[in-house]
Amino acid sequence: MMKIPYYPGCTLNTVAKGLDTSARESAAALGFEMEELKGWNCCGAAFPLTPDNLIGLTAPAKVLLNAKKEGGGSVMTLCSVCYNVLKRTNRVLRDDKEKRSIVTGFIEEDYDGSIDVIHYLEVLRDRVGFEKIKEAVKRPLKGIRAGAYYGCMLLRPFKEMGIDDHEAPTIMEGLLRALGCEAVDFPDKAECCGAHLAMTRTDIVERLSGNVMRSAAGRGAELIVTSCPLCQYNLEKSQKKTLEETPGYREVPVVYFTQLLGLALGQDEDTLGLGKNLWDIRPLLKSKGV
Amino acid sequence: MARIGVFVCQCGNNIEGTVDTKKVAEEAQKLPGVVYSRNYKFMCSSPGQEMLKEAIKKHRLDGVLVSACSPHMHEKTFRKASDAAGLNPFRCEMANIREQCSWVHHDRTKKTGTVKGNDLTRMAIERLKRNRPLKKINIPVTRRALVIGGGIAGIQAALDIAEGGREVILVEREPSIGGNMARLSETFPTMDCSQCILTPKMVEVELNEKIKLYAYSEVEKVDGYIGNFTVRIRRKAKYVDEDLCTGCGECIEKCPFKAGSEFELGLTSRKVIYTPFPQSVPNIPVIDAPNCPKFQKDKCGACAVVCGPKAIDFKQKDTVVEEKVGAVVVATGYQMMPNERFGEYGYGRFKDVISGMQFERLASSSGPTGGEIRRPSDGKVPETVVFIQCVGSRDEAKGVSYCSKVCCMYTAKHTMLFRHKVKSGQAYVFYMDIRAGGKRYEEFVRKAIEKDGAMYLRGRVSRVYEKDGKVVVCGADTLSNSQVEIEADMVVLATAVVSRKGSDGLARTIGIGSDRHGFYNEYHPKLKPVETVNAGIYLAGACMGPMDIPESVNMGSAAAGKVLGLFSSEEMAREPIVANVNERVCNACWDCVVACPYSAIERFTVKNGQGDVMGMHAKVNEGVCQGCGVCVAACRSKAIDLAGYTDEQVFAAINAF
Amino acid sequence: MNIKLVKEDIESALIRQLERISGEDVKKCYQCGNCSAGCPVAYAMDVPPAQMIRFLQLGRGGEAFGAGSMWLCVGCLQCYSRCPKNVSAASLFEALRQMRLRSGGGHEEVREIPLPFLKGAPQQALVCGFRKLVG
Repeated sequence: MMKIPYYPGCTLNTVAKGLDTSARESAAALGFEMEELKGWNCCGAAFPLTPDNLIGLTAPAKVLLNAKKEGGGSVMTLCSVCYNVLKRTNRVLRDDKEKRSIVTGFIEEDYDGSIDVIHYLEVLRDRVGFEKIKEAVKRPLKGIRAGAYYGCMLLRPFKEMGIDDHEAPTIMEGLLRALGCEAVDFPDKAECCGAHLAMTRTDIVERLSGNVMRSAAGRGAELIVTSCPLCQYNLEKSQKKTLEETPGYREVPVVYFTQLLGLALGQDEDTLGLGKNLWDIRPLLKSKGV
Repeated sequence: MARIGVFVCQCGNNIEGTVDTKKVAEEAQKLPGVVYSRNYKFMCSSPGQEMLKEAIKKHRLDGVLVSACSPHMHEKTFRKASDAAGLNPFRCEMANIREQCSWVHHDRTKKTGTVKGNDLTRMAIERLKRNRPLKKINIPVTRRALVIGGGIAGIQAALDIAEGGREVILVEREPSIGGNMARLSETFPTMDCSQCILTPKMVEVELNEKIKLYAYSEVEKVDGYIGNFTVRIRRKAKYVDEDLCTGCGECIEKCPFKAGSEFELGLTSRKVIYTPFPQSVPNIPVIDAPNCPKFQKDKCGACAVVCGPKAIDFKQKDTVVEEKVGAVVVATGYQMMPNERFGEYGYGRFKDVISGMQFERLASSSGPTGGEIRRPSDGKVPETVVFIQCVGSRDEAKGVSYCSKVCCMYTAKHTMLFRHKVKSGQAYVFYMDIRAGGKRYEEFVRKAIEKDGAMYLRGRVSRVYEKDGKVVVCGADTLSNSQVEIEADMVVLATAVVSRKGSDGLARTIGIGSDRHGFYNEYHPKLKPVETVNAGIYLAGACMGPMDIPESVNMGSAAAGKVLGLFSSEEMAREPIVANVNERVCNACWDCVVACPYSAIERFTVKNGQGDVMGMHAKVNEGVCQGCGVCVAACRSKAIDLAGYTDEQVFAAINAF
Repeated sequence: MNIKLVKEDIESALIRQLERISGEDVKKCYQCGNCSAGCPVAYAMDVPPAQMIRFLQLGRGGEAFGAGSMWLCVGCLQCYSRCPKNVSAASLFEALRQMRLRSGGGHEEVREIPLPFLKGAPQQALVCGFRKLVG
């Protein structure tokens, strides 16, 4: 069985446990194993946007160094933010000798940026293949109109992330269709949810996340999938306000793409962590006869 | 002993500021062979030239050195003056003590500048002493021109050359001439109909006996040199015999199959046997073989059945013709940047997001909607249209740093056309700057705003998305410092003017330069705007960069003027700075043949009277040689020398340093 | 607003330091407004991104540092990804933030953050938020 070194990140160990467990089980069903790094630490949750801030690169550099030491040529993530931070840090260490010497000097061991940072979605698309996933589906999610929400970190900046077209991404839609869903395209699928402003400005998060949800619901989405725990949190949490403010708006559950994948592959609903969601997906499944 | 005169120019204060020219003249006077030496304020002025002429006569000078600016500036001036005074012009040399000396030194005490001025002058004198008198080379001129590209620039050039009494071969890639201008609806700033002013010129081309038109053809190779080019032209198979076809159109009428129309930019379809548009010149259809069932499955053949004169020939093959010409005008035009690169504007995904060129077709009375503005998705007349300028242009992130120059004007025109056709409509324009430099251009834009009510918003658009049958445009108005959102019925993108795909390949074929955007380089951006580095090849129109119709016509006429100047006599004189091969020393290793960037050296076989091969040596074609000297450096047996820059001269100059 | 323009402001050390920290050259911006057009939080900013860059071009450090905009930019990079001149307004906002935080001025007091949030939010929100907003 193909083994892929895996970096879960903090949130997947706690609040977003469902993203982790459903992904592991799905992997097993699709013929690869997610091998968690033996030693890992927080990635820092934000790639420093100024080239001046090198201290912010030390934590992710350490993660990458460990991944290399543990022998894999690559490291896979599930969380969009971890993916963004690790991939961009890796690129700095690979391309900028001066910064590499400062950062690696700080973590007291050299690392050259030579491993690849990949996302679970890339593994599904490029190594497993959506066709094969389609064949492995045990419980087709027929009739479910699902919208893929990408947010920011998975896609931007395009030149560095490169996982998909940043203006019109389709990788998650490809997966949704393989699972039997009807993929709903909606304009705001790569707009911001408000991110860490959840801490200080819930009004902004409610507005931005509300826009995303209204945009998706307006196109008929009955369900949203995402790959980022913070997006998931914001979209879910803001929905109460959206419901209050938007006449005719009906609740739309927000789940991780791996939860939907696991569901289609026949995992039971408890290990998927579906019960933890604020808005339950199960009535929808029931109404569609899935 | 040589009798050399030295003239040191002060160039006002340009040279005198850091070089003591009097001292330089005095130092030169001391050198053996120098019989006369003076400094003067402006050598290039009439009195300066007169002084030079008089000195040549009075002191019987056999060589003249002018220590002044770069030879690029005034070598011609002084050589002409020398010639007028009876001295072989190639016995006049220059030492550059301005660009290479006074302008790069800042020492106001003139110490360093004067030392270097002395050195440069002394070296040039030694070179001059060994300068042989040279004669200009006369080469024959074939007085026929090739014009590549049948857009408005090429048409203008061809007509002007023909008017001047010379034959023209006009090669057009598409089945008809007319180029992009044929697509336009009305033209700014006069608002006259594009086809109405273009088609008479197209017909003129067809009727002019001096113009031979090769439509649906491409130039494959250009060999030779100024006055003597050989051109290979591929005439693509039309599957219609041009001599038999009467242009009746019966075949098009009866053809049951359709494909997307290139001319209409995909807004509608055309038949598989087609002419691009009704007024095509020549009015001879071509068969689109990849889309024709006759070619793919050997089915149909309706066109051949209905053709009265039996002009349809499914077996026709491409043919290659060769033509001899003396000059070439390149007028291959431009294309619009593929909009697919603008994911944020949804081009290609949203049907009602179209390009400016597509809008031209919608507004054109001969277009797919008969000139009614109807949006592509459902054919409805749009009430609100948003025009976005600088889509691609001035966008370094998308690889185009330049301004496309025509978009400000055509967008203003579009808003007017829209308002004239949809009286209740509202046009919005997102712009960064309005660039309306040109006769009556600014007034035109103001008219669009003041009379036809276009709302101009200063800012860019971040994204466009579809919502309930509308296209929502999210932009900024930086003047009110706000985000603006417009629910539009249609969006028109003023996409960048870019070079034609494959333009760099043609540049290599004909030996001219192109910039990083694929536009062809003129010899000098200000003073030689239609010439290229390859003598005898001229440029016209938007193949050089974004250009509007008046400018393209200007350039077409300018290139024609240059061609007619070249054709004014049967022979032309050129500078004798060419390489010479010493046949006795040449050992035929052909390193020079390989090294020559102009293919000016041939492998020459020496035969005796009986035709026996006696030996081989390199031979320089004086017409092609540009005097670059690469062959001199490449030659191992030292058999090649460059006239005017012989090894002897160069070594003497170095020794004098 | 009445601004008196002087060379000393335009070339001020403060702006140069900001450029150095952010890695951006404010002169490159030609004020097309694309960043302001696409910024999801511009509606809530007192000085939206394009205007912020304009103040920096004019050497108006006071207006730039005085605005609350820097605390609202979440770094979604919509501005940067669509900027025709490859300028990152997000990097400039982050530099403004860094300079403020480094000079000792913090924006958020941890004790003011609501407890339910601290308990229920994904860690990444806390880590990211603390790094960007807390002095």
